[in-house]
Amino acid sequence: MRLEPREHSSTRLTLMAPVAAVFVALVLCAGLILWTGENPFTAYALLFKGSLGSRFALTETLTRATPMILTGLAAAIAFRAKLWNIGGEGQFYMGALAATWLGAGVITLPPWLMIPFLVLTGAMAGGLLLLIPVILKNKLKVDEVVTTLLLNFIVLLFVSYLLEGPLRDPMSMGWPQAAPVIDEGILPPIMAKSRVHLGLFIALAAAVLVWAVMRFTVWGYEIRAVGHNVAAAAFSGISVNRTIVLTALISGGLAGIGGVGEVAGTKGYLTLDLSPGFGYAGIAVAMLAALHPLAVVLSALFLAAIYVGADSMSRALNVPTYISDVIVAVSVLSVLVSLMLTRYRIRWR
Amino acid sequence: MPDILKLVDITIRFGPLVANDSISLSLGEGEVLALLGENGAGKTTLMNILFGHYVADEGHIEAFGERLPPGQPDAALNRGIGMVHQHFSLAENLSVLENITLGTESLWSMRRDRKGAREKIIGLSKRFGLVVDPDALVGDLGVGERQRVEILKALYREARILILDEPTAVLTPQEADDLFETLRTLVAGGMSVIFISHKLHEILAISDRVVVLRRGKIVAETETRDADRASLAESMVGRSVHDPKGEPMAPGDTLFELANVSLSSARGFGRLDNANLVLRRHQITGIAGVSGNGQQALASLLSGNVRPDSGAMKLFGEDVRDTSPLQMVRRGVGRIPEDRNHVGVVGEMTVWENLISESVRSVPQSNKGILDFKAIRENADRLIADYDIRCQGAQAETRLLSGGNVQKLILARVLDAQPAVILANQPARGLDVGAIAYVHGKLLEARARGAAVLLISEDLEELMALSDQIQVVFHGGLSEALDPHTVTLRQLGLMMSGQDGSGEAAITGAAS
Repeated sequence: MRLEPREHSSTRLTLMAPVAAVFVALVLCAGLILWTGENPFTAYALLFKGSLGSRFALTETLTRATPMILTGLAAAIAFRAKLWNIGGEGQFYMGALAATWLGAGVITLPPWLMIPFLVLTGAMAGGLLLLIPVILKNKLKVDEVVTTLLLNFIVLLFVSYLLEGPLRDPMSMGWPQAAPVIDEGILPPIMAKSRVHLGLFIALAAAVLVWAVMRFTVWGYEIRAVGHNVAAAAFSGISVNRTIVLTALISGGLAGIGGVGEVAGTKGYLTLDLSPGFGYAGIAVAMLAALHPLAVVLSALFLAAIYVGADSMSRALNVPTYISDVIVAVSVLSVLVSLMLTRYRIRWR
Repeated sequence: MPDILKLVDITIRFGPLVANDSISLSLGEGEVLALLGENGAGKTTLMNILFGHYVADEGHIEAFGERLPPGQPDAALNRGIGMVHQHFSLAENLSVLENITLGTESLWSMRRDRKGAREKIIGLSKRFGLVVDPDALVGDLGVGERQRVEILKALYREARILILDEPTAVLTPQEADDLFETLRTLVAGGMSVIFISHKLHEILAISDRVVVLRRGKIVAETETRDADRASLAESMVGRSVHDPKGEPMAPGDTLFELANVSLSSARGFGRLDNANLVLRRHQITGIAGVSGNGQQALASLLSGNVRPDSGAMKLFGEDVRDTSPLQMVRRGVGRIPEDRNHVGVVGEMTVWENLISESVRSVPQSNKGILDFKAIRENADRLIADYDIRCQGAQAETRLLSGGNVQKLILARVLDAQPAVILANQPARGLDVGAIAYVHGKLLEARARGAAVLLISEDLEELMALSDQIQVVFHGGLSEALDPHTVTLRQLGLMMSGQDGSGEAAITGAAS
């Protein structure tokens, strides 16, 4: 068996590949469900019902997808520039921290100013955090995979310290949680009797905006050129360092907005379990979307549906909720393989 | 001469491309068979099949009367087939001895017979005139020496068939002569050689028989003594090609100047020592030299990648202080890079995207940071037509273009801006004869229009044909300008290896 490059890959093939890959992943995971002694069809039916089968399920999936769209975009744009930002989790918490610090009463503005203010400052906090590893990368060639990953733990411990000490809400009766965001800063719900909030619109707008920047602007052109071939980009006069810094600010900023949304939208206050790994999930979202900003939205919805659906399925069946992690992981792997197969064909001999 | 190697009806396809189309070859004992063909004719593919790197779709190989199992380099090695690749496969951090014995020792044996190995290597190098110190680190060796190590590696494994893929591409004329001498000694001792090249004069000098490949097929096969340059060239290309010639022109004003410029190799761009260079209007200045002697430093200075450590760099009479690729492009320096596929273009991006890579920040390609697709598209279509870039349109991915068309794309991008100073770094290397004539024609056009051209090349014939003056680069030093009409290839060759050629054209700088 060997691989042979395809001359060109058709659009249909490129669109079909991820769908087929997800299907393959579900078939593979059916084996695991069988192993637990349950019927895979029942399990998948319950998973579907629990994620999309009712109004409540649907709104929960949308709520869960909101931060994942943003962290997914953060990973997608960074990976496009071959900036391996594994620190979405840390940037997410920096955004959340900024929203808590500035949103819990230090400043009071009318909502139409307060919300943009929190979103922007959260984005700045996330972007500036990513700037640390990027400057180390540009100046000293320090590998950003390591530094962005390790910064996650530093930020998490820092947040833990703040929640135990300076930022602990005096009204929390000793729980490590921060004071709630004031009413002016709360992202209003956009569907009655649900947790879906304005953050979803912000995330969707961000996806369209990132797509437009990548496609129609000189910035996007430069980010793509740097990502594909640093040597050629530098030779043609593109400032590689500046492009990477710009990418880092956008990427960290998007993850930071994700954190703002969770504090000021879903939860209302900052706790240490604000994120069940949204930053890391963003990487899976981006890979599943083949780094395409608009596909990130679909990919985030799919992952959110799997997570939310698996929770409800595991309550009804003897299948652990970890199956969702397995489905997501297998999906990402299948998508990577399927994307390779859109560029190469297998020849048997 | 009995045939010791036979290739029978070898066919291999890569997608729609038939890289080798039922090729049959035989090699006699003590014979030098030359495989001639342009880049992409299928020479290297054929040898990779012989050596087991690729598996042919059809056909088989017989060595010494036995079939060679396909796809097993070990089998080829054990039958006595040795290959010296165009790009050497040596470990730089190991010694010559270790490189030669690598892979010949059992993984499980506790002790190594270093003494025996050393004696065998010294014996071989004496017998065949392959002078090299067995204990030297390969990383410290020059290109010619590395090639000797590769040949010794094959001899150490008792190769009886030696395949050399473009062996002279990296050598000075003198080193090439030494190699030919070695080959003659080897052949006298019963070795059979397959010599792959696209240089006609070498093939006429060394081979007994020539096989010409074109587009994967054998188009001619002849005894070397019956062949001549013109007929070989024509069967290689498939038509007769005329090289463009420049009209004599009086050089004009100085456009670019290096005065006593030094650059330390610590900066990572190669080294220059007190180099002096003057590029004038209507003049092509050729830089001759074995690669790695300072060409990269010259090219990087002109490309805006690096600033001189000392000395003055002047563009249009003004000191260049803040250098960057963008600044150089804006001031009117056109740059054709050495590595066209990895530095010249972004292969994964489209033809139109690569055509704007140097002008994307300016009107009309973009306005206030937004790309103007209409203007970009019109410009791309015009350049594709004007420069005859063969592709499936502006939307085609650049990596799918052939080497000649990638170079045309770069020429279009660079020359369309009408640069006053042009850096052409190995502009014709690896291109087929038709594309070479095209590139040379464009450089001569630019010269006629009034550009000053710096032509860096390892092909002395190219330099002699195009240059108005030639400077030799050796160990970071640049020679005085030489007149290509009076200097001989032999003189240039000696200067390229650091020996003073004529007595008056002294190499400046500290030649160590």
